[in-house]
This record gives sequence, structure tokens and C-alpha cells, in this order.
Amino acid sequence: MAQVVPNTLKGFGVTLKQVFKKPLTQQYPEYKHPVYPRFRGRHRLHVHANGLEKCVGCSLCAAACPADCIRVVAAENTPENRVSAGERYARIYEINLSRCIFCGYCELACPFDAITLGNDFEISEYNRDDLIYDKEMLLKEPVKKVPVADRSLYDTPIPYYRSHS
Amino acid sequence: MALIECGIIINLVMVAFAYTTWLERKVLGRMQRRFGPNRAGPFGLLQPIADLVKLIRKESFFPSAAHEIPYILAPILSTFTALAAFAVIPWGKGWTLHGYYIPGAVSSLPISLILIFALGSIGIYGYIVGGWASESKYSILGSMRTCAQLVSYEVSLALSVLGVVLMGQSLNLVDIVNKQQTTVWFFIPQFVGLCVFLLGGIAETSRPPFDLPEADTELVAGYHTEYSGMRWGLFQMAEYINMIVLSSLAVTLFFGGWHFPWVPSLDKFGPIWFCLKLAILVNAFIWLRASQPRLRYDQLMRFGWKILLPAATVNALVTALLVVWVK
Repeated sequence: MAQVVPNTLKGFGVTLKQVFKKPLTQQYPEYKHPVYPRFRGRHRLHVHANGLEKCVGCSLCAAACPADCIRVVAAENTPENRVSAGERYARIYEINLSRCIFCGYCELACPFDAITLGNDFEISEYNRDDLIYDKEMLLKEPVKKVPVADRSLYDTPIPYYRSHS
Repeated sequence: MALIECGIIINLVMVAFAYTTWLERKVLGRMQRRFGPNRAGPFGLLQPIADLVKLIRKESFFPSAAHEIPYILAPILSTFTALAAFAVIPWGKGWTLHGYYIPGAVSSLPISLILIFALGSIGIYGYIVGGWASESKYSILGSMRTCAQLVSYEVSLALSVLGVVLMGQSLNLVDIVNKQQTTVWFFIPQFVGLCVFLLGGIAETSRPPFDLPEADTELVAGYHTEYSGMRWGLFQMAEYINMIVLSSLAVTLFFGGWHFPWVPSLDKFGPIWFCLKLAILVNAFIWLRASQPRLRYDQLMRFGWKILLPAATVNALVTALLVVWVK
């Protein structure tokens, strides 16, 4: 019982001390915290150095997807219309980001490292239809860039498909 | 003339209420190493206005079982009594301006202290009626909890100012303030009374650590469970204005009201000193909220009846004996 008053005063001291320290809150839209090297954000599709798409339309990503959010419709490459490096290419490649759980199984399943999960996380939209990304949108560089942390600072191994994309 | 003063005082109190919420969130944020509101306007200064617009535009949910008239009247009653208490609180010396005399308080009654306590007791009806009229079990449980607490602590609150009344020889707040200027500010001789008054007052305005009526982190909101929109806002307003009333009452009774210590010539700036003292007390309330954990219900009751009430009674008796003996 005798400790009540000093302990109460001690509590006041603790809170008063915090007033003179800097707040720890990160002011998000102005300051974007860098994402980690293995962060899984919105998907990217990649092309070879000669401009041909890496995706061959094999649908392995769609098969691996637990949320069933990837839709691939493949078509044959012809000599006049050569899109990808393989026999076939993805005529339609859509990802429904409102269903995607960003597990990264698609990039693990892909035999050609054609799809990887990028760094973008600011992908909210006012319309649900806008969350269905088609092939052109996935191939383009993302408009909104988020800062990426320096990879050399982390000693966790970076998978091949990440380090070369 | 008094009507104009009324209007000014009521509006000032409303603004003070709005910016007390802002101050509370800001100070609380700083004490928890956050920023607090900082988006609406510079330093988040427009936040109370944004909140008001949001509350007014929000649909006022109405439970189908609720009793319409008491349901609507309850928050109005609470807010009215909280605002009306300001009528008797003196905030200045009184001035003569272009032949008109502006009194230092809207009305200087011979029983103003009793009036404030009476209004506080009527305000409790708002909580009872609000909980009851909602026809919801959480509301009625919450209003029972609230009323038990408020009624218990009102006893010690009223007893704690008895010492001040005995020393000031008056129930008129203006007289009490003037008496403090001629003798000594009453927080020195009435230190026990001040402690009991502040502790009882915190419980009476249901501020943390005695915020059992709401207990936001532990219980359903209490008597205002079924309220939303501006009706809920009125309850919230009543709570904050009660806090301001209580702080100004503490300033008036214990800290010399609008007087400046030692320099009587500075008394003409009465409202400034009054607001300054008020701001310090309100900040102390916020500081208390940030620092102390909430009491359990049995602890609350035990503290009220077994510690505060005896302390207030003994303080009143000793003061009475001393006052008679000194005479």
C-alpha cells in the first residue's frame, strides 16, 4: 500500500519523458519504407533481351495458383507472328489481383522465370475491374515506384529468378 | 446584455470542447510517441471541424425497439446540463464598457455552487434515460454501471468542497474567488479537499483511469451503445464539457479563479489567467489518461466509499472545527 503513491508518480514520469522524444510513426504517403529484397508485390512479366516474351503459355503458373487468379490462353507462334521464344505464347495472360494472395507460387512454378513478383504494393483501385491486370499491363514497367532496400545489406539468399529479373 | 454574454460563453465553451478533443489526441499521441492528428490543416487543427462534419452527416442509427422521445432527449439533457453549469462560473472581474457593466459571470447567484452540483446530478439522468430508452441489454447494463459510479462519487465530490465553503463563508463562487484573493488560495489549506475533489471529479466525468462507463478497450461502450452520429456526439460533448466544467470549478474553488497571484493590478486580464489555469488542469487530465491503467469495478467502488468518502468527511469536519476555533 505504501508503494501506491511513488508508483503512481513513476507512471506520470514515464509518460512525460516520451513527450520530449521524437514520434516513431512513419508518415506513410510522404515516406515510403523501402521493401525488402524478397518482398512479394504485384506481378511482372519479363521479356528476353531480343524483345521476345519469356512466357510460353504453359499455364503452370495458373495450375500452381492456390487462389486461382491467373488465366492463360495460349496460341501457336507462327513465323509471321513470333511473340515468344518457345513454340507457343500466351495470347491472353490475366491476373486478378483482387483474388491474388501474393504467395509467389507462380514464380516458383514458372520454368522460364517469365513471371516474378515485383515490389509494387500500392495497387488499390476504385473499381474491381481495374484490378484485373492483362498482359500489356504486366509487361510494362510499373508506374508507381516504391523504394527497394539495398540487397547487399541482407544476407538472406536471393533466389535466381529474383536476382536476375 | 446577459443574453449576449450567454451566447458568447456557450460558443466559447463549444470551441473549447472541440479543441480539447484535438489537444487530447495530440498530447496522448505525443506521450505514446505518435503524432496524433496531423492531416487536416496545419498540425491537424481542422480535425475537430472535420469530425463535426462527419458526425452530423452520419446517419443517426435508431434501434426499432427504442423509446423515441426519451432516446432523443437523453443526449440533449446531458449536454444542456453540462453547458448550463458555465452560467455561474466567474471568469473575470467585471468591466464597464461604454456605460454598460459586463459582469464577470453570467449570473452571480447566492447558491451557485449548489446549482452546479444540482445540474451535475440532473446530467446523470441523461445517462440513465439514454441507456434505458435504447432497449438494449448492453445499454442498460452500461447505464447501471455509469450511474452507480457517478452517484457514489458525487457524495465525496460534494463533501470535498464543504471545506472551501466553510473557509469562503459563502456558496457564491464570486465571493469564494474574492475571498481567496484577500486571504490565500484554498489549495494550500484545503489540500486534502483538492485531492478528493480532483479524484472524485475524474470519476464523476468518467475520465480514465475511472472510465468504467466506457472502458473502450474492455467493454461494450456502455449507456451510448445504441447511439451514433451527432446523438453520440452530444454524449461525447457532455463528457468533455463536464471535464472542462470540473476543471474550471477546481480553478475557481482552489486556485483563485481569475486572479493573478501577488499582483492585483493584473486582475483586469482575468479571463486570460482563468483560461491558463484551466488549460493546465485539462492537460493534467490528459496526462493522467496517458499514464494510469483503468481500475477494476470493485476497486473503483472500494476506493470511492472506503478512501475518498472518509477522507472528505474528516477534511470537512476538521475544517469546520478549525474555522470555529480560529474565530
